[in-house]
Amino acid sequence: MKIAVCAKQIPDPATPYDLDPDHHWVVRPDDQVLDDTDRYGVEIGLQLAEASEGTVTLFSMSPAGTLQGIRQALAMGADKAVVISDPALKGSDAAVTAKVLAAAIEREGYDLVIAGTESTDGYTGVVPQMLAEHLGVPSLTFAKHVEAADGTLRIHRQTPEGYDVVEAALPAVVTVTAGVVEPRYPTFKGIMQAKQKPVEELSAADLGFGADDVGAAGSGTVVEGVTPVPARQAGEIVEDDGEAYLKILEILERAKVI
Amino acid sequence: MGATIRPGDHDPLDFLGIDALLDDEERLLRDTVRRFVAERILPDVATWFERGTFPKEMAKEMGALGLLGMHLEGYGCAGTTATQYGLACTELEYGDSGVRSFVSVQGSLAMFPIWAFGSEEQKRQWLPPMAAGEAIGCFGLTEPDAGSDPGSMRTHARRDGPDWILNGTKMWITNGSIADVAVVWAQTDEGIRGFVVPTDTPGFTANEVGGKMSLRASITSELVLTDVRLPGDAVLPGVVGLKGPLSCLNEARFGILFGAMGAARACYEAALGYARERIQFSKPIASFQLTQRKLVEMMVAVNRGMLVALHLGRRRDAGTLTAEQVSFGKFDNVRQALEVARTARSILGANGITLEYPVIRHMTNLESVYTYEGTNEIHTLVLGEAITGISAFG
Repeated sequence: MKIAVCAKQIPDPATPYDLDPDHHWVVRPDDQVLDDTDRYGVEIGLQLAEASEGTVTLFSMSPAGTLQGIRQALAMGADKAVVISDPALKGSDAAVTAKVLAAAIEREGYDLVIAGTESTDGYTGVVPQMLAEHLGVPSLTFAKHVEAADGTLRIHRQTPEGYDVVEAALPAVVTVTAGVVEPRYPTFKGIMQAKQKPVEELSAADLGFGADDVGAAGSGTVVEGVTPVPARQAGEIVEDDGEAYLKILEILERAKVI
Repeated sequence: MGATIRPGDHDPLDFLGIDALLDDEERLLRDTVRRFVAERILPDVATWFERGTFPKEMAKEMGALGLLGMHLEGYGCAGTTATQYGLACTELEYGDSGVRSFVSVQGSLAMFPIWAFGSEEQKRQWLPPMAAGEAIGCFGLTEPDAGSDPGSMRTHARRDGPDWILNGTKMWITNGSIADVAVVWAQTDEGIRGFVVPTDTPGFTANEVGGKMSLRASITSELVLTDVRLPGDAVLPGVVGLKGPLSCLNEARFGILFGAMGAARACYEAALGYARERIQFSKPIASFQLTQRKLVEMMVAVNRGMLVALHLGRRRDAGTLTAEQVSFGKFDNVRQALEVARTARSILGANGITLEYPVIRHMTNLESVYTYEGTNEIHTLVLGEAITGISAFG
């Protein structure tokens, strides 16, 4: 099975990042890391590939800079990576991102596309579904368990009550939730081998896009403003004199939690 | 002049920006071990320490990651650079010196002599399972009466037809009671030789050392060899004399000079966090001048020691590192780390003596690290000889 895994490099979440004041785009440092969410997609991809003697190819749209996030996914065991990197892509919204990734994945060929439910920097959470639309294949989302065999994709789709079992014919796109599996550590051998694995770098033009098709010019979305989250208010401390539970019940009832 | 940097822009945990001296691969490896330590070691290590155990099953997890014999080439080993090995040791010892000791002993003291001096058969038999953590190794050099002076060892091996017969006692042997194989050094008619001894060989016993107040998350044992009969091919063919075991110790010390900075960093981080949050006299104790002095001394020691380690790692990878330079690193980094741990303990006050914080654990561990693999005094004399040309060993 030929498995495509979307892997995004993002600014290290441990370090606060800036938004540029004109467009509110994330200012991307040279050193970006693999989005933690994508480690789960990579792990699922590797497990399915191991079961089917298949391959895992990573797809990422990323500005030029270090590829340490991609190398991390390669060190986990992915076979190769396709990175679309082009100054013309700066400012691309979710729709353009999906269009570009779809073109790269189509070019490479695939049986299954795996993505995280949403990135940990932009959080739009719509790229995978748009990607499926561009590819013209079914999209199954919020998978907490994934099986793919005999031309069928079967997932457990996370719901508030439990999960639904959902099926689609392959090829298809699936999004996996964090916590779906325990992502493996990159082994030292994997780390040593990662630098020898092929990383194909493509421009927008390589995928047949003109400058107006992508980036800010090709994007219909404009971020008009950004409002900081209000600072968290100090909590209320209830001293337990043996009857604090009554007070807590009252607070929960007032908040309509119970 | 570059952009204006405000005081608050400095990363208190990487003040000098040492991270930028690492390449992508080094950072990925470092971060991988850091994550492993955070997820698999830190949640339980205080319990291991309190109970005086090291869970043997961790060996396989470490093996799967590639930690065991990581800097050796072939035979299932990862083949990392020396600097990468050092960085891994820093992260492991951020967890616990005992955990790092396990990896040092397995890789540098047990696997390394087989890799460097062993026969092809010995390498094929032992290195792949040891790299995988399926077989655990230990290193028998020190004896009850032979510590800094290993040449005075009493353990001896004599020929009996084609076989060897070993007798003697080894002491303070990390991993001894959980080991599947011991590399034992013994006097022979030809000089000191190394022997690969499966621990199920009749006459071999390992007794765990109890009552330790340091390195409690690590197994320490006494090995007793009573007429242990080994086949002729059990000897390591590639080396005769003290240079065999001393070269292993040099490997391990290299890991220690990196590792100690991990323990120091853990103590510094704990003290910095505590000092910012602990309120006395209506303000954080970090606002007091005496506490700031301590925090700054710790921060400087951690950064300086890491620079020394990294420099020595680069020299090692370039093939220009001398044993005396390793002594420099072991001598200074461990004593600095111990000082950092003690200072951190004082900042944490009473909280500093419980296992809720990592500080007292690191502090007592470092008391062992200070004297093992060459005491501070021996390294001082190695350095003294190196700069004066005069040996003070007598």
